[in-house]
Amino acid sequence: MKDLWTKTLERIGRSPTRIEATSSVMAIVCGLLFGLALMLIVNPLEAFPGFFTVITGPFQEGLRSLGNMFYFGVPIILTGLSVAFAFRTGLFNIGATGQLTMGALTAVYIGVNWGFLGPFHWVVAVLGAMLAGALWGAIPGLLKAFRNVHEVVTSIMLNYVAMYFNTMIIMNFLYDFQASRTAHPLPSARLPVLFLQNIFPGSRINIGIFIAVFFVAITHILLKKTTFGYELKATGFSRDASRYAGMNEKRNIVLAMVIAGAISGVAGAMMYLIPGRHLPYETILITEGFTGIAIALLGLSAPIGVMLAGLFYGALHQGGTYLQLYDFRPEIIDIIIAVIIYFSALSLFLQKIVKTFIDKRTKASMGLSEEVETR
Amino acid sequence: MEIVVNMQGITKEFPGVIANDKVDFDLRQGEIHALLGENGAGKSTLMSVLFGLFHPDEGSISIRGEEVRINSPRDATKLGIGMVHQHFKLVHNFTVAQNIILGEEDTKNGLLTMEKSIDKIRKLSELYKLKVDPYAKIEDISVGQQQRVEILKMLYREADILILDEPTAVLTPQEIDELIKILKSLAQEGKSIILITHKLKEIKMAADRCTVLRLGKKIGTVNVKKTTNEELAEMMVGREISFTIDKKKAEAGEVVLKVERLCVHSDRSKRDVVKEMGFEVRKGEILCIAGIEGNGQTELVEALTGLRPISGGSVVLNGKDITHASIRERSLAGMAHVPEDRQRHGLVLDYPLEYNLILQQYFAPPFQKKGFLQFAPIRSYAEKLIDAFDIRTGKGAIALARNMSGGNQQKAIIAREMSRHTDLLIAVQPTRGLDVGAIEYIHDLLVSQRDEGKAVLLISLDLYEVMSLSDRIVVIYEGENVGEFDPASVTERELGLYMSGSKRREAS
Repeated sequence: MKDLWTKTLERIGRSPTRIEATSSVMAIVCGLLFGLALMLIVNPLEAFPGFFTVITGPFQEGLRSLGNMFYFGVPIILTGLSVAFAFRTGLFNIGATGQLTMGALTAVYIGVNWGFLGPFHWVVAVLGAMLAGALWGAIPGLLKAFRNVHEVVTSIMLNYVAMYFNTMIIMNFLYDFQASRTAHPLPSARLPVLFLQNIFPGSRINIGIFIAVFFVAITHILLKKTTFGYELKATGFSRDASRYAGMNEKRNIVLAMVIAGAISGVAGAMMYLIPGRHLPYETILITEGFTGIAIALLGLSAPIGVMLAGLFYGALHQGGTYLQLYDFRPEIIDIIIAVIIYFSALSLFLQKIVKTFIDKRTKASMGLSEEVETR
Repeated sequence: MEIVVNMQGITKEFPGVIANDKVDFDLRQGEIHALLGENGAGKSTLMSVLFGLFHPDEGSISIRGEEVRINSPRDATKLGIGMVHQHFKLVHNFTVAQNIILGEEDTKNGLLTMEKSIDKIRKLSELYKLKVDPYAKIEDISVGQQQRVEILKMLYREADILILDEPTAVLTPQEIDELIKILKSLAQEGKSIILITHKLKEIKMAADRCTVLRLGKKIGTVNVKKTTNEELAEMMVGREISFTIDKKKAEAGEVVLKVERLCVHSDRSKRDVVKEMGFEVRKGEILCIAGIEGNGQTELVEALTGLRPISGGSVVLNGKDITHASIRERSLAGMAHVPEDRQRHGLVLDYPLEYNLILQQYFAPPFQKKGFLQFAPIRSYAEKLIDAFDIRTGKGAIALARNMSGGNQQKAIIAREMSRHTDLLIAVQPTRGLDVGAIEYIHDLLVSQRDEGKAVLLISLDLYEVMSLSDRIVVIYEGENVGEFDPASVTERELGLYMSGSKRREAS
């Protein structure tokens, strides 16, 4: 047992990626412990059972809750992917929220008005969302590439532009005055549930999970295997060196933002082409875009990592839905996630702790085993 | 003579390297003591220990017979130790006097009283013949004068143990002579001087004794007068070094690169920093652009390689006008470029070595197929280059460029650029900051490229390199071609006059 422990530590210590992953896990643990402490303060009696429910959320009601984990994870995986992809190109896409809003608005607009499309209705709605997100992402990309305006500033501003634009369009074209809320997409625009309803009965899962996995796979291959990914990453690591190498770094920056925007746009479609969910017409920012930043960070900006982190978010979220049974407010989940984000922002610090811990342990145990042998 | 500094058994370990291994060092009153060694030999570490920047793991330091602990540069200053760093630490928009008194200001009721200080500066500069105008701004005076300001700064703080880190790297031959004169007069006045360098000629000219370090260990201390250059070099490198580069006479062929009336703007203003520059590089020759740092060389190269737009004139490569071609077009037209800043331009530091070796070829077969990287050919190409150019890394092809030593980073760039079968190789200061062994290797490679019939354009600040490698020399001064020379019929001193702008002649 002891051997296994040190061997695992040694294996982690050998690879920087593994150390980073370990620090992400540590951030999660710290965040959960903080959440537990918070629950103990609010309601000590119910804290432990409540906490247990949160971390076992996806298994509370068998396959139904597991399906819901996927459902909650989908938009977050996509926005996380959007942020992570831009980040690999050296861009900080804080505009995922705006791109998502534009995508959602386009999807809902098509969903409400273009019923003539029949069976292709939902596909066109998703593609429209993708296009809208891509255009919204292109703006900061173009400004960055050609005018050297920092993308953080422009993409934040565009979040608000998208938010007000969204309200304006809804109030003028998409408002359902009888229900006093945004009109609902036609049934033909809803995301298909496919056979998933049979596997996860009663859950809200739909085709979105496949779309999310598809984008994870595409970005993973793009970044790892293609010359385009080689260029994007080179531009991200060093704009000067990629220019020296003759790459068109301006084009790369624009394309990276277009792709990032497109993925966020799809996230918007995934959130609102669903029965019972209404695109908010109030002037509020949709938070999933910001959560994506955290998920990208937690997932180490790697597509697969983002998928795992997004599913973890989905699991927590699902767990959070049960919290009211224990007299807690479900917002505790948001606090836990916020704390996890804080800790993953401290990831460099955590990595250092992991490293020294591993060094010490492996050294100590090596010394110990030598002693044993000499005896 | 009294011993003013005595360092005994200094050991300083950094993770993975022992920078100083039980090094002894002593400095006598009134001597110039050279500290010689290759890069990474531990010279700077030893002096940083003396100046209080690092704390030694073992060993003791005595100053004037008293054992001391030096915890910070402040402590060192109190003990009368001053240091001139390789990169000057001056505030550019302050005057000379303001820079000198910085941190030691005389005040009255909280207000500066400059008169007294300027008086003291005047006296010091007269005494040691360090001529500078105390009211001049740093950005308006030459590098040589800036160095004098640094020396005055030490003297103003009443330092009598002076450490100079590679002081001649930025100077012309004339300025070097001047500096050595100043150092000698300082020594005569009783100051004790430590000179960190790897230039043997200057040690012969200036120093009394010389301590040689190699790989963190002290090899010995010798009397300079009784030691030859060859002996010093052997102590430094640990093997015999040939000072002459073996090369046949150039057989210059057809023109590869033709530059005519080239003008280039600086970054901020619309001012030309390269003015009507013209020259040709032919097959099978090494043309060297010699000049003092900051005379337009950087801009010239950036304009030639496409990193910077050209504002006038033309550049023709292999008969094709590339004046406004993109970087990729130039690279494909037969231009290779070993850049000046190897970490900023030359490498993607967070990419593994194998990715860096295909930086301009990743899009071409066999490295690419249908948009996908072909990992097997990439790996085998990397291994071929690692072998052929003796690039040493801990992990071979997958080592991150960031984790490689400076010499091996440079070897990787050179390997990449030389293996691309181009007609023109532009190399900018290819040996800067490298040790003698690596310099020798890179020089040989440049000559072999020439012998293979490539045109080589070398931009160098090191006159020794210029004289020994080139087949023709063009001197650049303030962005202009001020003369073209045959290295066989010109002296370093003569070149120095052109480089400093005191002489010029029209290009032949």
